[in-house]
Amino acid sequence: MIITPKSILKLALVTFVSASVVACASKPKEEPVAPMPEPVPTPAPMPEAAPTPAPTAPVGVIPGSQQDFVVNVGDRVYFDLDQSGLREDAKALLDAQAAWLVRYPAVKIRIEGNADERGTREYNFALGARRAESVSQYLTQKGVVPARISTISYGKENPLDTTASEDGWAKNRNAKTTLTEGAQ
Amino acid sequence: MIRNSTPHRPFMIRSLMALASVIASLSCAVMPAQAQEPLRATVNQGVIEPLPIAIKIDSAATNASGNLGTQISKVVMADLERSGFFRPIDPNAFIQSQLDVNVTPNFENWRTINAQALSNGMAFIDGQGRLQVDFRLWDVFSEKQLLGMSFTATPENYRRIAHKIADAIYEKLTGEEGYFDTRIVFVAESGGRAKRIKRLAIMDQDGANPSYLTDGSYKVMTPRFNADSQEITYMALRDDSARIYIFNIETGRQETVGQIKGMVFAPRFSPDGSKLAYSVAQGGNTDIYVMDLRSRSTRRLTTESSIETSPSFSADGSTIVFTSDRGGSPQIYAMNADGSGIRRITFGGGSYSTPVYSPKGDLIAFTKQSSGRFSIGVMGADGSGERLLTSSYLEEGPTWAPNGRYIMFFREPPGGMPSLWTVDVTGRVERAVPYPGGASDPAWSPRLK
Repeated sequence: MIITPKSILKLALVTFVSASVVACASKPKEEPVAPMPEPVPTPAPMPEAAPTPAPTAPVGVIPGSQQDFVVNVGDRVYFDLDQSGLREDAKALLDAQAAWLVRYPAVKIRIEGNADERGTREYNFALGARRAESVSQYLTQKGVVPARISTISYGKENPLDTTASEDGWAKNRNAKTTLTEGAQ
Repeated sequence: MIRNSTPHRPFMIRSLMALASVIASLSCAVMPAQAQEPLRATVNQGVIEPLPIAIKIDSAATNASGNLGTQISKVVMADLERSGFFRPIDPNAFIQSQLDVNVTPNFENWRTINAQALSNGMAFIDGQGRLQVDFRLWDVFSEKQLLGMSFTATPENYRRIAHKIADAIYEKLTGEEGYFDTRIVFVAESGGRAKRIKRLAIMDQDGANPSYLTDGSYKVMTPRFNADSQEITYMALRDDSARIYIFNIETGRQETVGQIKGMVFAPRFSPDGSKLAYSVAQGGNTDIYVMDLRSRSTRRLTTESSIETSPSFSADGSTIVFTSDRGGSPQIYAMNADGSGIRRITFGGGSYSTPVYSPKGDLIAFTKQSSGRFSIGVMGADGSGERLLTSSYLEEGPTWAPNGRYIMFFREPPGGMPSLWTVDVTGRVERAVPYPGGASDPAWSPRLK
C-alpha cells in the first residue's frame, strides 16, 4: 500500500474520531449540538480547556455533529484575491470534509461563498457564488452526492474578520461548509 | 413585517397670477431703467462662485418645533447650500426685519449685505386648516421680481413646501431642473460589522423623515426606483437564499419576482417600468437576464462563463451597461437591450463596476478600484472622457439625482459604518447627506408629483 499524505490524514482522522467516540461513551448525557446557522468565528482549538466545573468528565465532541465537523475537520477553505480556484491547502481540507461527509451520509450541507470588502457588492456576490461552486464541484468529485449540497454566496456581507487589513481580507475570502440537516 | 411608509400626499401648486401682476406693475414704477445681465448662478464652467441669497419666510404659524416660517427658511437654505450654487446669508445679518410679501422690498437694505437674490414669503394656515406659503424671488440689483408663487399642503408637510420653494429658486437661477422634492430609498445599517442588520428605508433627499420599510429579519440590499412610479425593486439575502422583490411604497405591498432557480440579485427597472433586468448565479456562473413584468417571461441576455452583473438601462431603454470580468478583471461593457452587440467601454487601469446611466443618457457613473482605493467617476456613454469625482478607502453605489447633475453614493471608512454622500458632476461640490445612522446603497427617486 502506498501511503500518500491524504491517506495519512484520513487515517489520523479516523483514529481521532474513534478516540472521541470512546471519550463520549463514558459521558452520561450531553445536549446534542444543534447545527448552527451562524458562522462560528474561530474554531476553538480543543475542548480540553473547559475552564469551569466538571473537572473529571472530559468534554467530548459528538461524532457526526457540527462541532465534530468544525473542530476535527474544518469548515472553511480560503482563496486568493479575486480567485475562485482551490489552493492546495484548500484541497487537503476538502478531502477531509468529503471523507467526513461520506462517513455521515445523512448530513446535508450548504456551501457559503464569501468575499473580502475590497470589491463592489454585486460583483462580490458573483465572486462568492464561484467560490461556493468550486467547493461543491470538488466535494462531488470526492464522492459527496450532489443532492446533499446546496450553495449560496454571501458576497462581502458576512465577514469573518472585521479588521481592515490584508490579514482580515484574506480570512474573508473563503467558502464555509455549514451542516444544514442530519448532523448529530 | 412591513411597516407603513409615509404615504405620498397630493400637493397643490398655483401661481399667484393676480398678485404677481399687481407686484409687477408696482415693480415697474421703481425699477431703474438699466440694461443688466439676467441674474444667474453659474453652471458648467470654472469654479462655482456660490450666489449670495437671502431667504426670509415669515409666519405667525407654529408647530411643535417652533415658527413654521423659520423652519421652512432653514430647509430652503440647506437645500440651496448643498447644491453648491448658493451661499445663503445668515438671517442674523438681515437689516430689514419686516418684509411684507405684497410690498416691494427695500433693495438697498439687501444690497448692503451683498445679497444678490432675495426670496421672501409668508406662511399661514388657511381657512381649511392647510398650510399655504406665498413667496417671491427678487433680483436685488435689477430690482426685478423673478418668481411669485404659492404652495399649499397639510401643515405636517411643511418640508415638502420648502423643497418645492428651493426647487423653484434653483430652477430660476441655474436654468436646471430642481431635485430637492425627491426621496432616497436606501439600506439603513445597524449592529456590528459581522452581524450587520440591513433594513430597507426611505427618507427625504435631505435626510429628513426617515422610515423603515422592512423589519431587519433579513438583509436588504441594492434597492432601485422605478422611474415611472412609486415602486422599488431590491434584493433580500437570507441564510439560504437570495431573491428579488418589488415593493410598492404607496400600498406597502411587496411581491417576490418569480421563482427563479439560483441566486438572484442586482435588480433594476427598465426606464418605462415594464421590465426588470437582474443577475442570476447558477452553478457558479453569473449572467444577466431580463423579465417582462406583465407576462413574467424571462430572457437570458449573456451566456459567457464569466461574471456579468450590475445591469443599467439607458434612458431610452435601448442599451444596457453592466460589469463583467470576461477580460480578466471587472470592467464595464455595453450591449443592446436584446443582448446583442456586446462591447467593452472601459480601458483604464484598475477595475470598474456598478455602471449607471445618467437620466439624460449622456453619462455613465461608475465605481473604480485602483491602487487600493475606490472612486466614484463619470464618463461618456461610450466610455470616453473619464473623470473621477471622489476617492476614499471604500465607496460605491452611485445613483443619479433626477436632473443628472448630482450623484449620491455611500462611503465606508475602515471598520466603520457606511454613510451617504453627494457629489456634483464636476467633483467640486461634495456633501454628506445628513442622516444620523449607518446608510448604504442609496437610490434617488424621480421627482415627486
